[in-house]
Amino acid sequence: MKSRRSLFALPYVVWMALFVVAPIIMVVIYAFTSAGVTAAEIGDFTVNNFTGMGTYVSIFARSFQLAIIATIICLLIGYPLAYVMAKEGPGFQRIATVLIMLPMWVNFLLRTYSWMAILENNGLLNQFFDAIGLFDLINGIFGTDITFFRMIRTQGAVVLGMVYNYLPFMILPIYSVIVKLDRSLLEAAQDLGANSASVFRKVIFPLSLPGILSGVTMVFVPAVSTFAISRLLGGGTHMMLGDLIEQQFLGGAYNPHLGSAIALLMMILVVVCMWIMNRFGEGEEQAVML
Amino acid sequence: MKKITALMLVCAMAFGLLLTGCTVERVDGGDTGTPSADNTDTPAATDTGNTGSGGNREVTVYSWGEYIDETLIDEFEETTGITVNYRTVPSNEDLYSLLQQGAISPDVVVPSDYMISQLIEEDMLQPLDYSKIPNFEKISDRFKNLSYDPENQYTVPYTWGTLGIIYNTTMVDEPITSWSAMFDNRYTDNVILIDNSRDAFGIALYYLGYSVNTTDEAQIREAYELIADAWDRGIYQGKMMDEIFQTMENGNAAIATYYAGDYLTMLENNPDLAYVVPEEGSNWFVDAMCIMKDAKNVDEAHEWINFIASTEANLRNMDYIWYASPNEEALEMYPEWYEEQYGEPLDMELYEIMAAPQEVLDRCEAYLVLPQEIRTLYNDLWIQLGT
Repeated sequence: MKSRRSLFALPYVVWMALFVVAPIIMVVIYAFTSAGVTAAEIGDFTVNNFTGMGTYVSIFARSFQLAIIATIICLLIGYPLAYVMAKEGPGFQRIATVLIMLPMWVNFLLRTYSWMAILENNGLLNQFFDAIGLFDLINGIFGTDITFFRMIRTQGAVVLGMVYNYLPFMILPIYSVIVKLDRSLLEAAQDLGANSASVFRKVIFPLSLPGILSGVTMVFVPAVSTFAISRLLGGGTHMMLGDLIEQQFLGGAYNPHLGSAIALLMMILVVVCMWIMNRFGEGEEQAVML
Repeated sequence: MKKITALMLVCAMAFGLLLTGCTVERVDGGDTGTPSADNTDTPAATDTGNTGSGGNREVTVYSWGEYIDETLIDEFEETTGITVNYRTVPSNEDLYSLLQQGAISPDVVVPSDYMISQLIEEDMLQPLDYSKIPNFEKISDRFKNLSYDPENQYTVPYTWGTLGIIYNTTMVDEPITSWSAMFDNRYTDNVILIDNSRDAFGIALYYLGYSVNTTDEAQIREAYELIADAWDRGIYQGKMMDEIFQTMENGNAAIATYYAGDYLTMLENNPDLAYVVPEEGSNWFVDAMCIMKDAKNVDEAHEWINFIASTEANLRNMDYIWYASPNEEALEMYPEWYEEQYGEPLDMELYEIMAAPQEVLDRCEAYLVLPQEIRTLYNDLWIQLGT
């Protein structure tokens, strides 16, 4: 009986073997070997790909820093919205879900390109500020001579791009957890004398942790490895891990071995981050149980 | 128990894939003309001693985006009955990376000079049979036997052009003539650095008076310092490639370094832009058609190259993509041809930007492939710039 049922998992097992496990094994092999006759060939075992990693510390740090900031902002914006959505009627929920999903129907690169047009020095936003006389006002008060705010090609623009692109991935998991909360638990808490603040703090928030954890994972992981957002909105001024890895494959020097080593290290760091987070989450849940 | 079985299966599959992944590259040569997947009703093939097994004839061409007048492809297919699989890749480096991984198996590729010399060096191209390419005679002698293929055994030039400074005349005080504009404090936060280490360091090497093909590490580091210093002073808005179009057309930066053909495209959207090949000299490049060593459709590939090298094809291509043709007849005929087509004379100033006169080419230098250690140095320095 049981073995019959596990057959249903076969398509995904095959899929995972081909497109998840095999590539990871390739990455590991490349990371620990040197170039053969040509760069794509696998040579001897080596750890040299990792020894020079120290020079990239600042890129690693920047990537994690920006991704963490973007994740926190997504959580701060996304959680209240998900909470409010879950409390509203089904009509509101449907409309809100569609509105949140709507931008995802347009390709993400196109949307990021349009952010360029918005944030540029002569972009829509600066034109708007100019039209309402904001620059005249500032120049009048401070005696400066500015004609635009520098928004594009800053770290702020990169974080903005991440938040914009990944926010739905934070809202939806949290929403789907909160909306399924057992109302009787809330009523029980109220009956036992908890005010609304402690109902939220002691019941709703802990029970929504699984949603938060999956939201954080779904925002943080793509954010830390993005290269399109940092390329378009960061203008190459703030290199991130994705750019660094891409540079090993499509830069002047084709070096898949170093590229794989960096990718492997990034994956390990991400796994460690997720592991720590999940530990933290488990602890909370147990605390609630007690 | 079941779990272990599943895990074993996963590992076995993964390992199997790994092995095929490694051997894919080795499957080459030997068999000919695999029938194309999309067998359209091609007219009866004009079989000219084709190696094919009587099936549909085809040829696979890899080129750059927006780099051909596509009606030429239709015309070639109609007249010869050969199906053209025309594919594009974004850059020389992408092409090289895909070839190395064995991910693509083109018959004809159109790389740039420095990549051609690298492919020749690594024995990835096959010598051409020029008796099958009579139109090669029409290629101007200026574009034959160039440094990337000194005996001209492997290549038929496709286009050529220059790298120069594009600037917005309303945003600079005086016409720009020198690379010094790329390091000038007056243009702080108004300059775009090209996002390609070879071109970017090239700018500094010209300015310093060194060769762009130098392998002297000290000179390359000096060039890097020059760029890094300007970077730290905030001269550059950022590193860009394709985004340059949008940024320059909308007047969001005063100065950029890019290719002549693309300048002409930008000019259509912003008439304030100007182009100059700086007095210190610059890069001039040739993109040429080559046949891969393990090409499956060698005869068809020769036919394609001969067709594209014809004067008619060069005229139409030049008109469509705005990159200069290496075909002598096409170059001479183009102004007249343009007038016939459009009923107005060609702006000769623009024509000279597209097809730079010889005195401009004389102060320019073509890229040669750099040794592996220098390529790695370029890459490391380039990454250092972003940290």
